[in-house]
Amino acid sequence: MLDGRSMIRHRAGLRLWLPVLWLSALGLAAILAPWIAPHDPLAQDLFLGRLPPFWVAGTEPGYWLGTDSLGRDVLSRILHGARVALLVAVTAGTITCLIGATLGLLAGFLRGWVDIVISRLIDIWMAFPPVLFSILLIAVLGPGLTSIIIAIVVIDWTRFARVVRAEAMTQGAMDYVASARVAGRGRIGTMTREILPNVLPTVVVLLTLEMGIAVIVEAILSFVNLSISTDDPTWGGMIAEGRSAIHQSWWVLVFPLIALFLTVLAFSQLGEGLKDRFDPVLR
Amino acid sequence: MALFRLVAIRLLTTGITLAGVAVIVFFVIRVVPGNPIAMMLPPGATEADIARLSALYGLDKPLVTQFGIWLVGVVLQGDFGTSITARQPVLELVLGRLPATLELSIMALVIAIFLGGMSALIGTRGRGRRTEGAIDVANGVALSVPDFLWGLVLMLLFGVLFPVFHISGRVTPSLDLPFVTDFYLFESLLRLRFDLWADLVAHMFMPALALAIPLAAIIGQLLKQSLKETMNLDYVTLARTKGYGETHVILHEALRNAVLPTLTLVGVQFTFLIGGTVIIERLFSYEGLGNMAIDAVINRDLPLIQGIVILFAVIFTAVNLIVDLLYAVLNPRLRHA
Repeated sequence: MLDGRSMIRHRAGLRLWLPVLWLSALGLAAILAPWIAPHDPLAQDLFLGRLPPFWVAGTEPGYWLGTDSLGRDVLSRILHGARVALLVAVTAGTITCLIGATLGLLAGFLRGWVDIVISRLIDIWMAFPPVLFSILLIAVLGPGLTSIIIAIVVIDWTRFARVVRAEAMTQGAMDYVASARVAGRGRIGTMTREILPNVLPTVVVLLTLEMGIAVIVEAILSFVNLSISTDDPTWGGMIAEGRSAIHQSWWVLVFPLIALFLTVLAFSQLGEGLKDRFDPVLR
Repeated sequence: MALFRLVAIRLLTTGITLAGVAVIVFFVIRVVPGNPIAMMLPPGATEADIARLSALYGLDKPLVTQFGIWLVGVVLQGDFGTSITARQPVLELVLGRLPATLELSIMALVIAIFLGGMSALIGTRGRGRRTEGAIDVANGVALSVPDFLWGLVLMLLFGVLFPVFHISGRVTPSLDLPFVTDFYLFESLLRLRFDLWADLVAHMFMPALALAIPLAAIIGQLLKQSLKETMNLDYVTLARTKGYGETHVILHEALRNAVLPTLTLVGVQFTFLIGGTVIIERLFSYEGLGNMAIDAVINRDLPLIQGIVILFAVIFTAVNLIVDLLYAVLNPRLRHA
């Protein structure tokens, strides 16, 4: 019989390793996509249009997950789409994290007018509906991968800033910070050497969650056709295509959807798993 | 007195937020590259044609003047300008679509409260046992995956694999609609036209459920947490010793004291749900405000984008305001102060 704590730890273990397994496989597939994809993701062949996946009758060997209406290989497009998804996840996630966490750390540790300005900004930001805000930004910036990354950073920095600010305030009130100051550390030194290491676990958790959000935002924007050019394979673009031919070729929708679903789930479960792992009460 | 002060402060901050939103939206939109006027004219239009049309829409004046004219129009006449693509007043277009989005959001909210409440009830009854574990896992998954993906999953399951619901539109186009308002769902009930009501629900159910799933998980988690805490209090034990069953104790004794934190959270989360309608309406080709917003962005219809964003911000802040006031009325500490 497991007691409560080891039960949580047991579940946390699975929560960490399954997502790590999926994400590393996906990362590997994304990097190796040009070499392992069975076909050119852009190659069209109207004679091979709407081929079903390999276990359904009427398929063509070599097209494992079927083809779309233009005869493009679904598996190859998913592999190449993984590159876009993970690229956005890593770049947008990291930049958002750096900006948001820095602002949160400054506001929470320095307090005073810095805190007032940053907190007011956060309040105004929270009054915008995020999906509408991102679409508005894309309208302003024009479609494209860079615009998506900028939009994610501009909208989501508050997620980091809010949490890190609160955390830095709690840490700042603790005795070890006062001792460091007494021992002669400057304000900046205290912030980077004493506070930062202690808020880092929270930041890592938020970063993981943010990467999942970035993947979904990219998918949504390419679904409404505001992402990169329509020829380049993206999961959201494939889903939009599959949606319009849902009764003729379900596989064009189902396979990118599975990839997207598992990736988003993996990032958020990894984040939650890390949260439990870092939690001193559970540890 | 405390209540009155609270209301006054909240009204004031709401006004400030909305003013901030209006300013930001107006100026951000004007940075849009690409001349919307050039898109309205047929190819071969001369510079003079462009200038004439720009003057007609007031786009030739300095930005600050444009903002002044716009703000006066909005505040004094409720005039949000004219849509560039539809060539109709923005307010008319937006108000025509608002009921569809409101009905969808409210239906989603009702489903979320029902599902979340049921899962909290079942989880509390089975606390510490396998039932609770199963509910926790289900809530975790429901919460990790956003409404957009739930919409696609539902569409495949109940639109294609088992086609019980419609996957696009608000109502079957061939039906003859006797409605005078745009609140089709409410009006079909009032007119006792249950055939139309069933058709509307068959269109709305999947998008509403997709929006509801993440919110249901949040409600389920928090309500179960507060119920479990309340269930350990002495007065609940007393009710139990009187011989009431577990479900009766939860519903009649514990719920009243456990529901307040959930209520506040539902308010905040409801605004996220309304934001989610943008993409869900697109996915299900539902003719609401969100779908219109995406079309407006694709067509660079500046006055329309502006009107929709501001209307969304008004809804957001109104919901927050209502929740705060409800909380103040329901919280005994504030009510008697």
